[in-house]
Amino acid sequence: MSVLITTSIITAIGVFLAALLTLAERFLLDYGICKITINGDKIYQVRGGNHLLGSLQEQDIFIPSACGGRGSCGLCKVKVLEGGGPLLPTETPYLTKEEIENHTRLACQVKVRNDIEILIPEELFSIREYEAKVVNFKDLTYDIKLISLQLKGDETIDFVAGQYVQLKIPVYGNIKEEVYRAYSIASPESNKKQIDLIIRRVPKGIATTYIFDYLKKGDTIFFNGPYGDFYLRDSQREIIYIAGGSGLAPIKSMLHKMIEEGIDRKATFFFGCVSGRDLYFVEEMKSFKEKLPNFKFIPALSNPNPEDNWLGETGLITEVVDRHISSDGDYEAYLCGSPGMINASIKVLRSKGIPEELIFYDKF
Amino acid sequence: MYINPIVIFFASIFTSNIVLTNFLGMCSYLAISRDLKSSWGLGQAVIFVMTITTILNYLVYKYILVPAELEYLRYIVFIIVVAAFVQLLEMVLERFMPGLYYTLGIFLPLITVNCAILGVALFMVIREYTFIQSLAYGAGGGIGWALAIVALAGIREKVDETKIPKGLQGPGFALIVTGIMAMAFIGLSGIANIQ
Repeated sequence: MSVLITTSIITAIGVFLAALLTLAERFLLDYGICKITINGDKIYQVRGGNHLLGSLQEQDIFIPSACGGRGSCGLCKVKVLEGGGPLLPTETPYLTKEEIENHTRLACQVKVRNDIEILIPEELFSIREYEAKVVNFKDLTYDIKLISLQLKGDETIDFVAGQYVQLKIPVYGNIKEEVYRAYSIASPESNKKQIDLIIRRVPKGIATTYIFDYLKKGDTIFFNGPYGDFYLRDSQREIIYIAGGSGLAPIKSMLHKMIEEGIDRKATFFFGCVSGRDLYFVEEMKSFKEKLPNFKFIPALSNPNPEDNWLGETGLITEVVDRHISSDGDYEAYLCGSPGMINASIKVLRSKGIPEELIFYDKF
Repeated sequence: MYINPIVIFFASIFTSNIVLTNFLGMCSYLAISRDLKSSWGLGQAVIFVMTITTILNYLVYKYILVPAELEYLRYIVFIIVVAAFVQLLEMVLERFMPGLYYTLGIFLPLITVNCAILGVALFMVIREYTFIQSLAYGAGGGIGWALAIVALAGIREKVDETKIPKGLQGPGFALIVTGIMAMAFIGLSGIANIQ
């Protein structure tokens, strides 16, 4: 009997406090309808109390964000002219002195509590959410897949080769919250109906587990984009492409662009893998070579297995780049891969006299 | 023996300081004492929360736990009450006092797990305080904690400009300073004593 009384009293206290908090949340955190004014002329009505990033997303305005609003990537910068409240300690690590002075804030940290006035780059308005069908699923290596997404209806997407999109990973299995993850587009920009993404499995990754284990051909998936300023610059310099693993995607899109637009610049693509089982798209690269006479493809294995019968370049990608690049050339470099690989490659390229402003990269 | 609440108030600030005599609430005490500004922010939040939760816990203990003979559950119940109260307080501040919310905001969740808050509530039970005594003890305990962290932050700001052996930098040095501060506070023990 006393056991019952004990449990019921504890439960009653718990329920009372929980109810109190729920009610408080309902009434205290209701800020009514707030106005968001963007760039001085566009006005949106949103429900107050949420973060700016999410509120804008509801209005189909997508601010780039790689972490999905946790305040850990520092990408969702917007200028808040009025109504943003004071700068929060969670934002300061991501903002420079000048940015703080010109009222830049992180959209995922600023809460909409009253009417708010912000400035965002005009091109963000062209970023939209798309609904697409998975039309192709292909294993490229043991842990890398190519997925093709076809836009539904008569939708089309305009992007520049090298840009990326964010896939929306729905709630599944034990995962209770939607997340967004960024992937580069690998298909040619002339194809506005369908995009290809190259995705490498991350052990226990929320997004890649969903893509590899749950997503099937024929499923519907949402993505938004395109984002990013990683694209081929217009010049006559010789191009160096460096990629590792699934970093091949944006480079492939750029090569398609070169073929389609007849850009016949000298170009070398260094592709770094561990062993033979990580290599993919070798045939495609050969066919690119036939169409682009000045294009060279140099795959490199850092640790080839005996059964690979590897006759090509061996060593870390940075060592291979170091061997092939002269110090007096007029180069422009495009890098895509892990931060470690990119930082090491930038060091090598800088030692060859390539100025920093001619090294473009996409870290993931 | 009935102790005057005013005596309890001053004793819990100076002679029975919760940090310097009981060494409770050390984690945030060491972590947030790097600069004066944030230590004062946290100090204010502790004064506020400690005073109110001590009273709340007194009422819950006296009117729910004692009549139901559930005194042994006080650890769990006190923690739940503190956690819920801090949550509620955060929402109220966010809505009605945004200025204060931005000063205290990030510190409030930290306080939920501050053992000084629970410690004060438990001492209140052990020492069989009345309502007024608990109020004085809660407020005094909070002010004492704030005094200790602000004093430590002030000392650490000065000391940061000097050279300290590598192995003693950070918490090591802070603990030595705290020890010396605790001894200094013993000098005040003639004022009043409640332990």
